[in-house]
Amino acid sequence: MSAVTVTEPVGERRQLSDRWPILLFIVRRLAAMVVMLALVSFLVFSLVHLAPGNPVDALLGQKPRTPETVAALTAQFHLDRPFLEQYAIWASGALRFDFGTAIQSGLPVMTQIASRLPVSIALGIFAFLLTMIVGVGLGILAAMRRGRTADRVTTASVVVGLSTPTFVAAILLLYVFAVLLSWFPAYGKGSGGLDTLWHLTLPAIALALGSCAYVVKHTRAAMIDVLDQDYITFARARGLSRTRILLTYSLRNALIPVITIGGVVLGGLIVGAVLVEVTFSIQGIGQLLVQSAGAKDLPVIQGVTMLIGVLIISINLCADVIYMLVDPRLRLGRR
Amino acid sequence: MSGVSASTTMSEAVSTRGTGRRRRRRAAPQFIIVCCFVFIAVVVLFAVTGSLLAPQDPSVQNLSNITAAPSAEHLLGTDALGRDTLSRLIAGTGSAFVGPLVIALGSFLIGNLLGLLAGYRGGRVDSLIMRWIDLMWAIPSLLILVVVAGVVGASYWPTVLILVVLTVPLDARVVRGATLEQMPRPYVEAAKTVGVSDRRIMWLHIWPNVAPISVANTFLVFAGSVGILASLSFLGLGVPPGKPDWGLMLAENQPLLFVQPLACLAPAVLIILTATSMTVIGDWAYERLSEEGPR
Repeated sequence: MSAVTVTEPVGERRQLSDRWPILLFIVRRLAAMVVMLALVSFLVFSLVHLAPGNPVDALLGQKPRTPETVAALTAQFHLDRPFLEQYAIWASGALRFDFGTAIQSGLPVMTQIASRLPVSIALGIFAFLLTMIVGVGLGILAAMRRGRTADRVTTASVVVGLSTPTFVAAILLLYVFAVLLSWFPAYGKGSGGLDTLWHLTLPAIALALGSCAYVVKHTRAAMIDVLDQDYITFARARGLSRTRILLTYSLRNALIPVITIGGVVLGGLIVGAVLVEVTFSIQGIGQLLVQSAGAKDLPVIQGVTMLIGVLIISINLCADVIYMLVDPRLRLGRR
Repeated sequence: MSGVSASTTMSEAVSTRGTGRRRRRRAAPQFIIVCCFVFIAVVVLFAVTGSLLAPQDPSVQNLSNITAAPSAEHLLGTDALGRDTLSRLIAGTGSAFVGPLVIALGSFLIGNLLGLLAGYRGGRVDSLIMRWIDLMWAIPSLLILVVVAGVVGASYWPTVLILVVLTVPLDARVVRGATLEQMPRPYVEAAKTVGVSDRRIMWLHIWPNVAPISVANTFLVFAGSVGILASLSFLGLGVPPGKPDWGLMLAENQPLLFVQPLACLAPAVLIILTATSMTVIGDWAYERLSEEGPR
């Protein structure tokens, strides 16, 4: 009797995971994500206590230290409560996007973030599209023309592109296209619509350069790997057209590893955006982070770090899930 | 014994790699690699001598001669405070080179130790190191440094130390992977059968075969660190203001792009050249080392 009750659920579970391996995978990854988020939020909360001196001094900023201000801060940040209770209060606020008020401006942190988020998102999407389209295109081109001039030029550019820090690329682009040629504006985010697009073109190119080189490198390697396979030789021997071979045989297989690095690329773009926004004076999230880091504005640092942490963790989750969906071997083969 | 085994594994490694890339390398002019070496040698020279070789005092201001064009006296012109750009570039070589050197060497030593241990011993050591690696892998180091600078305050050497800690996992990951690749090879088993101690196998038998990729990776780490340290200085979170530093010069002289662009472009070009040279030398070292074998 007991043996039956034990084996039955196991059989059921196996059936479930056989039918929806992706579902099981996603549930498992979501659980891991929650743990990661808890860890990150705890670290971010602890920043106030890691700052030199006591938290009150760190949160006072430039304000004078009087009994009144100290009492106000203690009440506002619940500094008189035990550490873990403070964390619980902070975390429940963070869940409602409430990170307190900024030291410098006195505005709620979330208001500041919300007003700067759209331009950062626009910049990020712009750069991501550029990276993926140009990167994959050049990677395929280099692989198809392996060893010829086009490939050599691309490979050499990849080495330079990977070694060039984002802000240096930004400065050089700024000089050539905004100062010398005056094709694009040198700073700012424009007044919406096409004007914003025009203002964001140079920053997006600067942001995309490094990750583009990374994508080219991986696409080229994956493509060369696929082109060396027997089934490509066989397809050629059967007399299929180059386009047909490229689209239905090589690309579909070569793009799987490229999709996995999409997550890494997005993460890299978020960090690069910090530098690009400062270089082009774009009032986005990255610039906010650097400004608040310079002014030691802890609530803003916490809010922005938490936001970026959530973004990066979610991006990694999405990349994993997409990888599962795209690769039939993983989708069907793994239990 | 180890010499024989090493050479056989090397020939295997060579034969399994793509022939197209190798042929192209041979045909490509070695001239570029020589150029990279010469450039790095010059950078090292300036990093060692500091401002001794600078034509002028890098921090002397001359407000009657600001944003001057290049001349015999100021070969690369002057900045907004009338300071000689060339001298500041030379004086800035130190902070641009020494930090990445410490980061690259530090993470090379610790990363090789941990990676080899993780790959060879497996088990708990391995899973512990891998968890740490996974954690570090997900976090962008520049972001951490910006946050740390915002909370604790910015300074050069703590930043370098944090970067060592953040970079070690990348090195350890590479070395672990390469070690795992060597483990099933016959020479490891042979050495074990003969009774060679674990430590000897790890360092004298396996490590020489892991070294090429590890050394190449170290050059990449150096190139990356040049960028990260310069980025922090550029954001005003690295070296203190006023100090000659390439990243800081870019930030300070960015407004001069319309007036005296050399003051900003020269450090930009130097950063790119340093990082690229290191990457190219790393690639070259990998080819050389895996071609000839360790001995």
